[in-house]
Amino acid sequence: MSTPIKAFIPDPPSPPPAAAIGVVHWLRENLFSNWFNSLLTIASLLLLAKAVPPLVSWALVNAVLTGGPELCDGTSGACWSFIGAKARVMLIGTYPAELEWRPLAAGVLFAGVVAATVSGRCKKRVLTAAWPLLFVAALWLIGGGAGLEPVDQSMWGGLMLSLGLAAVGILLSVPFGILLALGRQSKMTGISSLCVGFIELIRGVPLITILFMASVMMPLFLPINLQINNLLRVQVGIILFSSAYIAEVVRGGLQAIPRGQIDAAKALGLSSWMVTLFVVLPQALRHVLPSLIGRCIALFKDTSLVIIVGLLDFLGMAKAASQDQVWLGHEVEGYVFCAVVYWVICFGMSRYGRSLEKRGPKHNN
Amino acid sequence: MRPFIHLKTKPVPLKASKLREQLPALLAQTLVVGGILYVALQLFYNTQANLEARNIASGFGFLSVEGGLPINDTLLPYSPADSYGYAFLIGTLNTLFVSALSIVLATILGVLVGVSRVSRNWLVARLGAVYVEVLRNVPLLLTLFFCYSVLLAFLPSPRNSMVPFGDIFINNRGIFMPRPEFLGAMGWVGSALAAAALASFLLMRKSRRMRDVTGRGLPAGWLSLGLLVGLPLAAYYLAGRPMTFDTPELHGFNFTGGMVLRPEFSALLAGLVLYTAAFIGENVRSGIESVDKGQIDAAKALGLKPGLIMRKIILPQTLRVCIPATTNDYTSLVKNSSLAVAIGYPDMVSIGGTIIGQNDQAIEVIGMWMAVYLTINLVLSMGMNWFNAKVQVVER
Repeated sequence: MSTPIKAFIPDPPSPPPAAAIGVVHWLRENLFSNWFNSLLTIASLLLLAKAVPPLVSWALVNAVLTGGPELCDGTSGACWSFIGAKARVMLIGTYPAELEWRPLAAGVLFAGVVAATVSGRCKKRVLTAAWPLLFVAALWLIGGGAGLEPVDQSMWGGLMLSLGLAAVGILLSVPFGILLALGRQSKMTGISSLCVGFIELIRGVPLITILFMASVMMPLFLPINLQINNLLRVQVGIILFSSAYIAEVVRGGLQAIPRGQIDAAKALGLSSWMVTLFVVLPQALRHVLPSLIGRCIALFKDTSLVIIVGLLDFLGMAKAASQDQVWLGHEVEGYVFCAVVYWVICFGMSRYGRSLEKRGPKHNN
Repeated sequence: MRPFIHLKTKPVPLKASKLREQLPALLAQTLVVGGILYVALQLFYNTQANLEARNIASGFGFLSVEGGLPINDTLLPYSPADSYGYAFLIGTLNTLFVSALSIVLATILGVLVGVSRVSRNWLVARLGAVYVEVLRNVPLLLTLFFCYSVLLAFLPSPRNSMVPFGDIFINNRGIFMPRPEFLGAMGWVGSALAAAALASFLLMRKSRRMRDVTGRGLPAGWLSLGLLVGLPLAAYYLAGRPMTFDTPELHGFNFTGGMVLRPEFSALLAGLVLYTAAFIGENVRSGIESVDKGQIDAAKALGLKPGLIMRKIILPQTLRVCIPATTNDYTSLVKNSSLAVAIGYPDMVSIGGTIIGQNDQAIEVIGMWMAVYLTINLVLSMGMNWFNAKVQVVER
């Protein structure tokens, strides 16, 4: 005789208490967990309630989107038609209208190379060739010569100029910065003290003084009959400034390479040049790639200072446009537009830097 | 059998090999240094020729020449009849003043932002993140222009000034405040303040020693606060209130008298503080996140209150992590104060630029700028390094 085995069937679990799930729980946990947090939440909500509606009504509800300057008179909202009317000047400066396609083509090329770099699908070798080629092509398209009608540099301006100054500045200051960092690490006292002196001097003074130096002092240094235009001088100043900072970034990477690797490479019979070129530098640069991108962001933001030595970059053009007699009194709109563009570019770069960091030093080819 | 090791080999002549080893390096250095010296010499000759051709004087003689520069914001009495050198000094003081004030305010705001970013309150953390991401990714110069235009556009004219309280007037010409004027007996109040400071210093030390010995100190913080406020206040009334106020008054289209903070100064201050606070906030956040969560749990288990945990457990360790990065942000702030030139606040660069415009002596003025900035940053870094050494854990 056997009693049938009773299978144990558990009751289904009872649902969590209502206070522990759903919106109410989330609110209680994240916004009203104690009296102090509740106070903070209410204060923040009050602040938002005070700030957001006027902002929305200024930027959207009461805003003037199209039409001439006369439509903007007397409105309490933003005058976005000002941006529409001045977009050309802010983007490419006073570049001749009939040749507009040239900066546009350069911009498309630039965007293409940036996209190829960011996607991470292209081979390193292709990219290394693409960037310098891009600069030659962009310079030819914008500046003219060799079959294209030349356009004087006084007509270059706007966002085009900002991007150009920053990109050329980074591209040329990286090799300089690497040289300076290697020089600083060198055991030769003469060279290392020269490099330390240069780096610390540049890092100790504001960019404005360097720009003044490039713009006002450099003509005095050059031979009397040699004239270099202001744009080139400012670009040289930016490169000098940026290379000192990049040198410090690269030095951080150099110091992160364990001493044993250098000893091992030497034991294999590599000369000290080869050790530096094939063992130390590639690893060091990979290490500091995220910080280098941080420097790119900083440099792009810093190019806005060229307005002080009389070049009209993106911000400079926005400021100049707001002084137009016809469109008087719309600086704030111009600055908001500038801020949005700068923000998108810089935030994009910082996101890219962070993704490289996450991918880890091994995989960012 | 042949010996395995030849002990009697001739020693290698050490000197010769060392020389041979060092020769390339020596040669390279000589070449580089020599090349740079040569270029520098060429630049020097070029400069001399250029200065002569353009009829520009050289040397620092211009510093004692009467400048005729009008300067609006001055900390010391100044008139256009004063020399270039004195005008430059006024600019330097303005640079120092705006930098020092910005550092203090940016630190306060930065700590608030950093703490808000790690807050358990979702809304506050989000607001902090939005603040940091917006301010960090927009050029400082743009923030400055923006602050300046917004100030000018939205503040009322002097006739319709905002009056928050008393004799303070806010309008688009600036913030006008009464200026205290001290009479002779004010010295007593100053002495009382000094005495209170000394007394509270001694009190703090005494309290610390008592706590080390008995485990229980004095309420030194409250006592010193009482001393620092009470003693000067008592002296002030005993000496017969030796202070009057020069109040600003509306004459025609503008105010006269009193103290004024002009919109240029306010915009520069606001821009520098807002921008730098975003960076300091990030330092503070990474500092707080670097504190092990177990420590906070342990402190809670010991029964410490949240405020005490913040003050005694989290903040001291946060400081250690974020001081080096914050030192960098402070020096950047000092350098960034040179952007004053773009909105017309008379700092050192702005006044120096005017001097260059008048007498073309760019080399001297730029040299002076660099010297002053290098000095300020050196002093600042030395101070911060000293502070850093003080808050580090002393390990045996």
